[in-house]
Amino acid sequence: MSVLVYAENRDGLFRKATLELLSYAAEMAKAMNTHVVAIAIGCVQTDELVKLGQYGAVKVLKSNPDFNILDIKAFAKIIVAAVEKEQATVILFPGSINGSALAPAVAARLKAGLVTGVVALPTSFDPLVVKKMVFTGKAFAATKVTTPVKVLTLSQNSFGVAEPGTGAAVVEEFGVEAAKSAISLVEVKKQTGKVLLTDAEIVVSGGRGLKGPENFGLIEELAELLGAATGCSRPVSDEGWRPHSEHVGQTGKIIAPVLYIACGISGAIQHVGGISSSKHIVAVNNDKDAPIFDVADYGIVGDFKTVLPEMIAAIREVKAK
Amino acid sequence: MKILVCISEVPDTTTKIRFTDGNKALDTAGIQWIINPWDELALTRALEIKEASGGAVEAVTVATVGAAQAEPTIRKALAVGADNAIRVDAPATDAWYVAVQLAEVVKSGGFEIVMTGRDSADYNGASVGGMLAALLDYNTLSSVSSMALDGGKIIAGREIDGGTETLEAELPFLAVVQKGIAIEPRIPAMRGIMMARTKPLQVVPPVDTGCLTENVEFELPKSRGACRKFAADEVKALVDVLHNEAKLI
Ligand SMILES: Cc1cc2nc3c(=O)[nH]c(=O)nc-3n(C[C@H](O)[C@H](O)[C@H](O)COP(=O)(O)OP(=O)(O)OC[C@H]3O[C@@H](n4cnc5c(N)ncnc54)[C@H](O)[C@@H]3O)c2cc1C
Ligand SMILES: Nc1ncnc2c1ncn2[C@@H]1O[C@H](COP(=O)(O)O)[C@@H](O)[C@H]1O
Repeated sequence: MSVLVYAENRDGLFRKATLELLSYAAEMAKAMNTHVVAIAIGCVQTDELVKLGQYGAVKVLKSNPDFNILDIKAFAKIIVAAVEKEQATVILFPGSINGSALAPAVAARLKAGLVTGVVALPTSFDPLVVKKMVFTGKAFAATKVTTPVKVLTLSQNSFGVAEPGTGAAVVEEFGVEAAKSAISLVEVKKQTGKVLLTDAEIVVSGGRGLKGPENFGLIEELAELLGAATGCSRPVSDEGWRPHSEHVGQTGKIIAPVLYIACGISGAIQHVGGISSSKHIVAVNNDKDAPIFDVADYGIVGDFKTVLPEMIAAIREVKAK
Repeated sequence: MKILVCISEVPDTTTKIRFTDGNKALDTAGIQWIINPWDELALTRALEIKEASGGAVEAVTVATVGAAQAEPTIRKALAVGADNAIRVDAPATDAWYVAVQLAEVVKSGGFEIVMTGRDSADYNGASVGGMLAALLDYNTLSSVSSMALDGGKIIAGREIDGGTETLEAELPFLAVVQKGIAIEPRIPAMRGIMMARTKPLQVVPPVDTGCLTENVEFELPKSRGACRKFAADEVKALVDVLHNEAKLI
């Protein structure tokens, strides 16, 4: 028996979502009286692999370093082989874009019950019952899995990253013969140096109240100052003021930062669904009755044009101290 | 070549969610049912691909696993422009059950291109598309935000964490689509609504399989405390609270 974690890497480094997932896996393994094995597919340096031991993995399977794009079919077959080798009864994926794509592929190949968007440790192990998000942030469900092997994806920022310990994982080569891929890369565009919206502890977001793309410089400035990611409401990305990847809400990204700052966003139900798991919400809006204030913890009733520059100056001041 | 778009029926996105039966079931009283937003966009793109294909794509079919109550939603998809529809006559109990039914639909209909949404706006399974591709062993991409048919191959754009990729995939192919695949869904025109009444809607019995998961209970999020409001000239005070009291910045 074991708990198998898909340790997703981004350009050879383990992202926060992976460390959070290992922290979760370690707690689960403790409760199940078993151990955590991780599998990493793609090119990752050995010392980075060993580091997963600090978050509770006893072993890391190092697989197919030549895989540089996600071929769901090929990756799923590798993970299924690892499940069989390690006799895993629980397989965990991060709720990232690629983790979410792999989980159902692996679950179906194993005919294992799948729960996605898990937000907490199981409330029961036999049978397994976990809490998951439903109705896009408007509710939660307790979901029971009735198969012997279970697959879960963990919502990002729902559990937190544990303090690293001193453990070192054993690295084991795990090559799986893969058929020629029927998917090939034409082009890739990556932003570098920007905080990912789904990873971010703080998100600064702008809505239609900002009037036009030219005013998003203020959002970017505030975000940079706070080490935050930038987000937006749907009309803003539909209009092309901001990229689609920044769209927050029911039909965009569902996020759970520690602090969400909403500027010029009315607080429509579809937007709020995507931010309801934020620990704290600050709203800036010139309409004192805007619905965003119903979900915000703190609010400023005012024009973003004056409020944001003052906020930036005041934060600079406290940061300088 | 034929395209299948899998559509699920969900409560309108503005629905206030309530539960009944001791929080064991969704309270469906007064709910307006709509085509899942992603599926509506997938259908829009499928129709565009068909129109641009110069006859290479013969038909766009929609399929739903659901009881007879889902038929008005299916008719809406026909009104938007789908050529025909298939309803697997069974309640959509869990993702595995639905995926097994849809796999049967794909196999018996010979669909080489299948499209599903990222997730259903009700239980947010985000499961059916990925499971279906695995059951069919089709080439597949997730988070697909643009898609075109190019000389028998698929060219697709997909979102990755912190960027985008453009890829080429061979058929048979299943796309799990998200935002960007189309921006605005196609709205049924009067003519479409008239025609939808006579378009074929085939009802097929389910194949035998079980469920692997079950939602046993629901809960609503804890309500937040009241908002602490500051006036426009109290920005400094708010920053002070966020820094010293709440220790958020
Ligand atoms: C199927 C469906 C799915 C959807 N999914 C999403 C989703 O995922 N995410 C999403 O965001 N929306 C979504 N929507 C759209 C949603 O219903 C709202 O239309 C949208 O969220 C509104 O965006 P907004 O708050 O930026 O704009 P508005 O509603 O126009 O609000 C602008 C706000 O800015 C304030 N304002 C104006 N001027 C100023 C100023 N000078 N200073 C400060 N404040 C100012 C106004 O008081 C107002 O509250 C969806 C809609 C549908 C139908
Ligand atoms: N009952 C259903 N009938 C047909 N397609 C479905 C059904 N449920 C889900 N799907 C498809 O699978 C996608 C993901 O749904 P889900 O896994 O339920 O979140 C949806 O966007 C649909 O394309």
